[in-house]
Amino acid sequence: MAELNIQRKSFASAVRANVREYIVTYVFLALSILFVIFSGRPLSDIFSQLMGRMSRNLFIVLALIIPIIAGMGINFAITIGAMAAQVGMMLAINWQLEGMTGLLAAAGITLPLAALFGFLIGSLLNKMKGQETIGSLILGYFANGAYQLLFLFIFGKIIPLSDRVTIIGATGVANTLNMMGGGMYMALDSLISIPFTTALYGVSALITAAAIILYVLKKMSLKQLSILVGSSVFFSLLVLLVPSVHQIVKGTSVPLVTFLLVAVLCVFNVIIMRTRLGQKFRAVGQSRSVANASGINVNRTRVIAIMISTVLAGWGQIIFIQNLGTLQTYAAHEMVGLYAGAAILVGGASLNRATNTQAIVGCLLFHLLFTVSQDAGKTLFGDANIGEFFRVFVAYGVIAVALVMYAWKGGKKAKPLTAREVQAKTK
Amino acid sequence: MSLNHILEMNNISKQYGESAVLRDVTLKVRPGEIHALLGENGAGKSTLMNILFGMPVIHGTGGFQGEVRISDQPVTIHSPQDAMTLGIGMVHQEFMLIPGFTITENIKLNRELSKPNLISRILGHELESLDHAAMAADAHKALTSVGVGIAQETLVRTLPVGYMQFVEIAREIDKTGVKLLVFDEPTAVLTESEADQLISVMKSIAASGIAIIFITHRLHEVMKAADTVTVLRDGKLVGSKPIAQTSLVEMAGMMIGRGGEELTGPPARKQPLSGRVALEVRTLHVDMPGESLHGLDLDVMEGEIVGIGGLAGQGKVGLPNGVMGLYPASGSVRLFGQEMPLNSPESALAHGMSMVSEDRRGVGLLLDESIEDNISFNAMQVKGEFFTGKGPFKIRSARKVRAHANTMIHDLDIRCQSPAQTAGTLSGGNQQKVCIARALTMNPHFLFVSEPTRGIDIGAKALVLDTLVRLNREQGLTIVMVSSELMELRSICDRIVIVAEGQVADILAPDSPDAAFGLAMSGISTQEGQNV
Repeated sequence: MAELNIQRKSFASAVRANVREYIVTYVFLALSILFVIFSGRPLSDIFSQLMGRMSRNLFIVLALIIPIIAGMGINFAITIGAMAAQVGMMLAINWQLEGMTGLLAAAGITLPLAALFGFLIGSLLNKMKGQETIGSLILGYFANGAYQLLFLFIFGKIIPLSDRVTIIGATGVANTLNMMGGGMYMALDSLISIPFTTALYGVSALITAAAIILYVLKKMSLKQLSILVGSSVFFSLLVLLVPSVHQIVKGTSVPLVTFLLVAVLCVFNVIIMRTRLGQKFRAVGQSRSVANASGINVNRTRVIAIMISTVLAGWGQIIFIQNLGTLQTYAAHEMVGLYAGAAILVGGASLNRATNTQAIVGCLLFHLLFTVSQDAGKTLFGDANIGEFFRVFVAYGVIAVALVMYAWKGGKKAKPLTAREVQAKTK
Repeated sequence: MSLNHILEMNNISKQYGESAVLRDVTLKVRPGEIHALLGENGAGKSTLMNILFGMPVIHGTGGFQGEVRISDQPVTIHSPQDAMTLGIGMVHQEFMLIPGFTITENIKLNRELSKPNLISRILGHELESLDHAAMAADAHKALTSVGVGIAQETLVRTLPVGYMQFVEIAREIDKTGVKLLVFDEPTAVLTESEADQLISVMKSIAASGIAIIFITHRLHEVMKAADTVTVLRDGKLVGSKPIAQTSLVEMAGMMIGRGGEELTGPPARKQPLSGRVALEVRTLHVDMPGESLHGLDLDVMEGEIVGIGGLAGQGKVGLPNGVMGLYPASGSVRLFGQEMPLNSPESALAHGMSMVSEDRRGVGLLLDESIEDNISFNAMQVKGEFFTGKGPFKIRSARKVRAHANTMIHDLDIRCQSPAQTAGTLSGGNQQKVCIARALTMNPHFLFVSEPTRGIDIGAKALVLDTLVRLNREQGLTIVMVSSELMELRSICDRIVIVAEGQVADILAPDSPDAAFGLAMSGISTQEGQNV
């Protein structure tokens, strides 16, 4: 009986610790559920829209992970990666490239551009160690000026462009670039698009098979195996056997290739941490001085982290734009960093710790709220605009809360005991 | 021919700008011996080691003269990497470990074993996958040879402090071909039993043929562990002896030695001291990073000049900073019998205590402000002086400020063109005098002076010290002066308190023997010293 009590107590304290750790996530979950109820929209509708948002946003959120692990906080300067991608997309439209060719060309242009920008961003952030999060946020805003100079003056005036991307008689690149005609709209998403139910069953089967193989090869513990297989089977059966759940998801189709790219990025984030380079990221993230003393080139490591993140964010922006079908030349990049940063924080990441799971959960919750906030605002306050304001407020609010929590936790961190204190304690 | 010395550093001299920090120093270490390197702060130990490790600070300042030989071969060491290749390792005083990594990951940091994979064949070996099994095996071997039985997959964060040191040692041993290990004050953070364990580990490492340079200021550990001791003082070699031929007292004497300088005491007092206790400090704990105090007791008499000495990091600077409320403190402090609230600089100033900070440019002076504003700033803020006007409509009185500044400039002989000159343009000695002037403007009954002569030239030093003596003799001001320069304390103080490990180690008269100071600095009081 006594043992049971102890167990219950430790379980309770574990729950408390978990809630404290992920308080932002839980608050968001509660808020999202509330909003879903008040929005009054059919769940199948919400679900289908959510899947679309996940497919176009998740890649960028995942691009934030490496800099966080390398101790550089949230790289809000991914905005600049998005700008590089927009240069690529604009040129692809200008050259009249179509479909996947256009997207691949844009991705190819993005790679060197974003890598160069990443190098510059990283070098600058190395001069402001400890303030990278705020530094990259400001950098993202400032780069907007250079971007406008490029698109309003240099393109068109100095580098001639065709009238596909300019308006005759006006200066610079057109405000809105339409991709419907060129066939780049949804070029990636529509490669293979299958019903959600099929995708779920397929992925579940794959996960189960992979988990069993890994377990047999002794690369996975029994606990991990049971969690993976258990959850796969559970969700598949849930959709298969419960009619109301089936009703929600049956109308939704998912862009398989897009999600495959997201999965590849998840695997990349895990694998790279198991290489020499990844070990450097982790070491630099935890202690720059120790890493330096053991001969690691700290600045170089940090620059590499930012370069990878910037390039990935650029590619993520291409996925985003092809899904929307139009490129808002002067606005599409503006909120990229802010929304992605807020999403990963909602998932429970902090300025020095982030995982794929946190990115995915965060993206899911953040965009669920986005999906329903307008309708909920209408029901609750009689004005859809209030819901719209609310979600911008929430994005900033989440970031502010995360920064405050980080500072607060850092301040509370127990100092290591000195020899004398240890001695006193043992006495 | 058998190998005589694993390391020879012959006739090493080094200058930083004009000042010579090492003069013709020779250090010879035999294979498999524990060689203690002893000296006060600033004796040149760290410069010597920086030369051995080829630190950039040496090459950036014009290199050094002399010759370094490893295993009888002359070598040039340009970087810490070179030193590592030559088989020289360092066990740091502050743990160079990553808390969130396992022991294995720490031991193998930046020397990871890895296997090529598909991507690394294209993009280079940075992307090779880590070979965790091989790394764990190596780590286990290194831990065993250090004699610690901890699982190598333990997170360093969860280890007791003492074990972290062993992980550091294991990491150095794991580096192939290590011939010489430098231990930089390894026992500073250890408990006594951990220190004993460390010394036995050092002995077993030495027995395996690896030579050890043991930098410390704890004399009894030198006696316990070392085979040979080399003592440096003021950048010069005092001597090098086998431990069997020396004693604790002799080593202490060698470390402090006056080196021919004569002691000249301050002018005598006209009146004897009142015998009243000015400051009574009881079990003072100060949480100042690197200079913490752990239960210090001290009485300062009215009209005295008390010197606070001791090695860096032992807590001597923590005393004024703790009492003045600049760093978190606990305990009890009474000023002229009146209980003083701690952690409140404002009330410390209001009670008539003043401080000249050791951090002249950081805490002491507003460098971009004028001399007169620097002098009057505290008094305006705390005491509301130098204002003119009535009720809430008070403004700064330029006339009063200027008049007072002129008096101070005259009294303290501050060399400047005008009181309106900015403080940043003054020389170090004159800046220090401005700091003193500001402290005096508070009309203190009690003055703390922390490292008043740091970074100023010899002539200015004498002026600053004379000023302090004059204030004491003429105005009866009670002064507590903290200084790293023992000679300076011995030239003007009535008593000298040596602080070691956050507590008072000994209270000595200025004319006490050199050895007594040396022993006190390593935490041994004179009485104990005589028994050894």
